[in-house]
Amino acid sequence: MKKKMNGYLMAGLIITGVLLLMTLIGAFYTPYDPTVMSAREKFNAPSFAHLFGTDNFGRDIFSRVLKGSGTTVFIALSTVVIGAVIGTAVGAVTGYFGGFIDEVLMRMNDALTAFPSILLALVVISILGPGSRFNLILALGIVFIPGFARVTRTAFASLRDRNYVESARLMGASSARIMLIHMLPNIFSVLFPALTIGFNNAVLAEASMSFLGIGVTPPDASLGYMLSEAQGMIVAAPWYAISTGLMIILLVFGAGLIGEGLQRSGNSTEL
Amino acid sequence: MKKRILAGLLALGMTVLALNGCAKKPAAETTAASAETSAAPAANAASESVAPTAASSAGQKTGRAASNEIAVGIAQDLDESLDPHLTVAAGTREVMFNVFEGLVKPDPDGNLIPAVAADVAVSDDGLVYTFTLREGVKFHNGDPVTMEDVIWSIRRNADDSEGEALVPALTSISDITSEDNKLLITLSEPNNEFLSYLTLAILPADYDKQDTAPVGTGPFRFVSRKAQDSIVLERFDDYWGEPAGVDRVTYKISENAEGLILGLQSGALDVVSHMTSTQIVQLKESEFNVEEGTMNLVQALYLNNAEKPFDDVRVRQALCYAVDKQGVIDMAFDGYGVPLGSSMYPAFGKYFDESLTDYYTVDISKAKALLAEAGYPNGFEMTITVPSNYQPHMDTAQVIAEQLKSIGVKATIQPVEWASWLSDVYSGRKYQSTLVGVDASEMTASAMLKRFVSTAGNNFVNYSSADYDALYEKALACADDAEQTLIFREMEKNLTENAANVYIQDMADLVVVRKGLEGLTFYPLYVLDVSRLHWAE
Repeated sequence: MKKKMNGYLMAGLIITGVLLLMTLIGAFYTPYDPTVMSAREKFNAPSFAHLFGTDNFGRDIFSRVLKGSGTTVFIALSTVVIGAVIGTAVGAVTGYFGGFIDEVLMRMNDALTAFPSILLALVVISILGPGSRFNLILALGIVFIPGFARVTRTAFASLRDRNYVESARLMGASSARIMLIHMLPNIFSVLFPALTIGFNNAVLAEASMSFLGIGVTPPDASLGYMLSEAQGMIVAAPWYAISTGLMIILLVFGAGLIGEGLQRSGNSTEL
Repeated sequence: MKKRILAGLLALGMTVLALNGCAKKPAAETTAASAETSAAPAANAASESVAPTAASSAGQKTGRAASNEIAVGIAQDLDESLDPHLTVAAGTREVMFNVFEGLVKPDPDGNLIPAVAADVAVSDDGLVYTFTLREGVKFHNGDPVTMEDVIWSIRRNADDSEGEALVPALTSISDITSEDNKLLITLSEPNNEFLSYLTLAILPADYDKQDTAPVGTGPFRFVSRKAQDSIVLERFDDYWGEPAGVDRVTYKISENAEGLILGLQSGALDVVSHMTSTQIVQLKESEFNVEEGTMNLVQALYLNNAEKPFDDVRVRQALCYAVDKQGVIDMAFDGYGVPLGSSMYPAFGKYFDESLTDYYTVDISKAKALLAEAGYPNGFEMTITVPSNYQPHMDTAQVIAEQLKSIGVKATIQPVEWASWLSDVYSGRKYQSTLVGVDASEMTASAMLKRFVSTAGNNFVNYSSADYDALYEKALACADDAEQTLIFREMEKNLTENAANVYIQDMADLVVVRKGLEGLTFYPLYVLDVSRLHWAE
């Protein structure tokens, strides 16, 4: 399980680390109150007073980006956790046992995958009701289950007949114990990259959903919602779209680098 | 094998379930989109690259001014069919208003003036309308307007032999006869609004290409149309009335708002209606005039008076004291808009009571005291439901949410689709508060005020005041116009005093006009009359 450091991993960790630190600070302190409006400071271009400028209500965009990334990261992480936990559980059960339960669960999985993920999330949201952050997390979480299930199922299925699994079974270990204690640690090299890619997709999914107006609702800020606001004033306040878009790009880029780095160093360890 | 079939069935079942789920979605979206075209003229329009004509500095004539043409930017394409009797979208009517006319037509003050008819007389019992056709009115194809054309046009709209008539109100016509140039329409029962339905376009009876090459009697004739691109109108030289001020009008469709701005900036467009203040600040003051009309609606934070905590008049008043209308207008609309204090707007003239606007002035300590009295010393949490397709309402809601923080009220905004707003909020009345604009379906005071009678079917705020109901009864029974007007104003005051809603403003309809172009006229309707536009000498 020893991971070798490589350039990708290093760069990814630095970018993501800085961004996460910023959002963490943003949760407790922002230079301005991100919702306070000021008629006198509408559409101010970036300056030392307002690093990223101000929006159509005179709100400080830097403060909003800090708060907004916090919201987006929280949603993305929660989504990935839901998707990964349930997806891995499904993948473990289907991969380990195979047979009938495998067929049933994986066909359901196929059915979920058959739909474009945004459309599926839209359906779930329209059933749960829009406007709530937790419904959004739940909807996106469900969307992310099939991916994790598929990845982990393959890994579990390939480990099922290994000698150490066999011997654990002979020693009378329960199936749950075998899967959790013996097999799970051995699929981390598969799971980690899936987690980082999942995080990326979740950031983008939150942005898309909020952009479409069914994710995070005002006055709360999230990167996706801010981007949809910024779109309407791209000529009047281009810095709004640029700073918000850049934040999304960096978040995704950082996590992408980590995933890439893990995969590269992961290849050296044996599955 | 069995396993496979079972798995297949399961997959099929899932698919069907999921499909059902999706099917709901597009349908709702279509409704919202069509509602947007008619109700919410948000400027979403089409960008296209038009070779910029020589950019005009103020006062200097552009190529179009020299050739007496104008280019108008519009946010959406017209209906598939241009047949005016079948048109549904407000955006189409806005353009084709210049091509078609009825026996009567609206003037800028909202009155009906004779058009194809020269004169209208109504019998004392209100049952017989006598129209005298105007001499020498011609269709755009050169044919004179005959009695046959007029009767055909009316009958076409009144015909209910294949389901509902195009204009259901016309089915009350019991008889249409003509003598020389007089048209007599007899109704089965009197109807004060009947005349307003005869604004329907008079079309040639024997012409079958209305959908693609419409022919009417208006000041402009239709020349050509390119789907998703442009519509061209030209002045009709044989028009019976005042001739149009320009020779040629080209409507350019731009479905995103930025396209309209860029079109104005590059000189490709001269006039664009329904702009937002945010868009306008992007334009140079030296090149454009901004004309401010009104949307003719009451934008307010409508409170569900039956829902806690808004069932307490003190809480509603507290919100009124906390909300700064002018602040909203300055913040979200750059100062464009007319603040209101009750459910009536200035276009209603005598019914509008201006003094109510300042009934509540911002007073945070008074608001807090009222809240404390009502049992909410630390404020409360509330939800504002907003139709998300309409950005101005979303912006307003954000400003209000921010203002309400000052009295400890934490408002969260719930954007909903237009379709679900209609079903849940308007019909279902399942909401706490909502931010929308309410307009009048006809220009009568009761169109605005009747909905707050406790038993009214469209009383979506659940307002309930015995005094108000009594006043409405009194107004209905009142025959004297002046006295009735006073009662209606009394009703407005009742709404204000009881803080039925947090009234905000009549929103501005901003029209950008290139300097040098004059004669823009506002109607209390969703139309742009290009016949009065002309380039200054």
